[in-house]
Amino acid sequence: MEKFTVLNGIVAPLDRANVDTDAIIPKQFLKSIKRSGFGPNLFDAWRYQGVGEPGMDNTKRALNPDFVLNQPRYKGASILLARKNFGCGSSREHAPWALADYGFRAVIAPSFADIFYNNCFKNGFLPIVISELRVDHLFNEVNAFPGYKLTIDLERQLVISADGSTQIAFEVDAHRKHCLLNGFDDIGLSLQQADKIRAFEALRRIEQPWLFG
Amino acid sequence: MPQTLYDKLWASHVVHSEDDGTALLYIDRHLVHEVTSPQAFEGLRLAGRKPWRVDSIVATADHNTPTTDWNEGIKDPISRLQVETLDANMREYGAKAYFPFLDKRQGIVHVIGPEQGATLPGMTVVCGDSHTSTHGAFACLAHGIGTSEVEHVLATQCLVQKKMHNMLVAVEGPIARGVSAKDLALAVISQIGTAGGTGCAVEFAGSSIRSLSMEGRMTLCNMAIEAGARAGMVAVDEITIAYLKGRPFAPTGESWNRAVAYWRTLVSEAGAHFDRVVRLDARELKPQVTWGTSPEMVVAVDARVPDPDKEKDAGRREGMERALVYMGLKPNMRIEDIRLDKVFIGSCTNSRIEDLRAAAAVVRGKRVAPGIRLAMVVPGSGLVKAQAEKEGLDRVFRESGFEWREPGCSMCLAMNADRLEPGERCASTSNRNFEGRQGAGGRTHLVSPEMAAGAAIAGHFVDVRTWR
Repeated sequence: MEKFTVLNGIVAPLDRANVDTDAIIPKQFLKSIKRSGFGPNLFDAWRYQGVGEPGMDNTKRALNPDFVLNQPRYKGASILLARKNFGCGSSREHAPWALADYGFRAVIAPSFADIFYNNCFKNGFLPIVISELRVDHLFNEVNAFPGYKLTIDLERQLVISADGSTQIAFEVDAHRKHCLLNGFDDIGLSLQQADKIRAFEALRRIEQPWLFG
Repeated sequence: MPQTLYDKLWASHVVHSEDDGTALLYIDRHLVHEVTSPQAFEGLRLAGRKPWRVDSIVATADHNTPTTDWNEGIKDPISRLQVETLDANMREYGAKAYFPFLDKRQGIVHVIGPEQGATLPGMTVVCGDSHTSTHGAFACLAHGIGTSEVEHVLATQCLVQKKMHNMLVAVEGPIARGVSAKDLALAVISQIGTAGGTGCAVEFAGSSIRSLSMEGRMTLCNMAIEAGARAGMVAVDEITIAYLKGRPFAPTGESWNRAVAYWRTLVSEAGAHFDRVVRLDARELKPQVTWGTSPEMVVAVDARVPDPDKEKDAGRREGMERALVYMGLKPNMRIEDIRLDKVFIGSCTNSRIEDLRAAAAVVRGKRVAPGIRLAMVVPGSGLVKAQAEKEGLDRVFRESGFEWREPGCSMCLAMNADRLEPGERCASTSNRNFEGRQGAGGRTHLVSPEMAAGAAIAGHFVDVRTWR
């Protein structure tokens, strides 16, 4: 997994609540058996005119000029600013894959749906929860200043504005932070407990044999 | 300290705990389908790892499978490759059971798990699918996971987890005729919102819940995720035990007796602490219809489409306005005046035999309205389909003008050929009314099977409590 330490990048605002994973990456693109290549279809139904299908040449499709990511000022954005309950709906990890494949490394919102939030951390992608008031403030800033950038310092757990005037602290689970900072994937760490897993399993086999075989 | 059902399920599966509360949680049952597993098996292969315990795996192909012309196979080559990839992974690694495309026991993963007795009380059950919450009806800790976690469970038989909060949804009183578990689920979401259960494991309890069949409880737990809760659950009682007896993978003989004795302990103890409690009175419950693009945008069938002008919160008002534009509805119109183009009865929420019986009872001897372009019934599994056919329900539906299809996820998420065209309006027994969920530009109204059946006959929504 790619490490996440300090990120400095352009912020793109997506001003609607309850953005669901069907909107982030529509179902027709889930037929892929790969982990990559979802970026061109991120927010497909909002981003393009007409219905997208797998295999289309997306560079030839007409864009929806009103969609925020199509505005030149947000080109190259790596931080998505969003509203509450971002990522609700299905468990598809294709949602954080699509966001990351597009070029985002972090999303800031007042709240996230549980499964999406969890999936982000498995992909070197940082979801940051800050208060609704702070999010409002950031939306105002982003809208007011073209090229608005933020720095995200995971070690210090801070979101910092370019001039340093705004510093917002955020919470992150210690285990997840450790994995992100070092680029560790969970499986390797969990397998360090293999003996404990085997012992637990052996006991369970005796106590509840109907769960096995 | 008295424990909740969730406390017990959690404590009985912790293998290892870190100081910050992060735990390794042992997984008993791993349900696998074709959409969220290929990258996990590939990751396993690339890392040179093997599945920890293949006898925990029960797999099927359900999302991509067609619901017509099974003799012609899967026509869409991308869908076919995904299903064939699962076939290949099952051949390479094995499983306790695999019900591939065309198997008579194939079906929606959340229908076949309980049907086979592969979902048992006290288990942890995971699947790369958010509606895994369904299995909580059996007093399991069951929830959806992402593909990285699918790989993690394959490799380690565990998940890295932190304990969720305990939430109780207590529902008391008799549920009226024409009102179902689906309406109860939508009413709960209406009350707490789609993020109301975020961070929580929800236990559904109270006399109304105890009166529900296992299938009703599955419908309710299935929709827990639409209230933001990864896991929903119901305590074990005689109804749970009676359902499981004799299922193919349920224990037998002395093992059954031992299991039942343990299962009876899977209830919340008196005085156990819940971080949040929500109470509902089932006597006030009416059939529900969603009008917007989120399951929380829902009202009773005898109500009107809400007026955004009456909403004080600017963010919510904007969301309502956007939803009404997408749905092509006007504020203050009667729900019963909404006319439909299509009707879909199916999905992991409402495709079990009782759902089909309830819908068939409404349509029996009547005809689908001329304005309805397509009314379809998609049974949840091959066994549900066979049972329905044994009872003659297929004939009831066909004679009414419904199409009787092969099992699968179908138009709940429209990954196969079954979908809404842009602008089409559908009464659907599924679980999500998000923009484009049933097809780009499609408009979904979530309802119960009886409500969908009534809408098919009338051509618009009707109150099935009084409509004949």
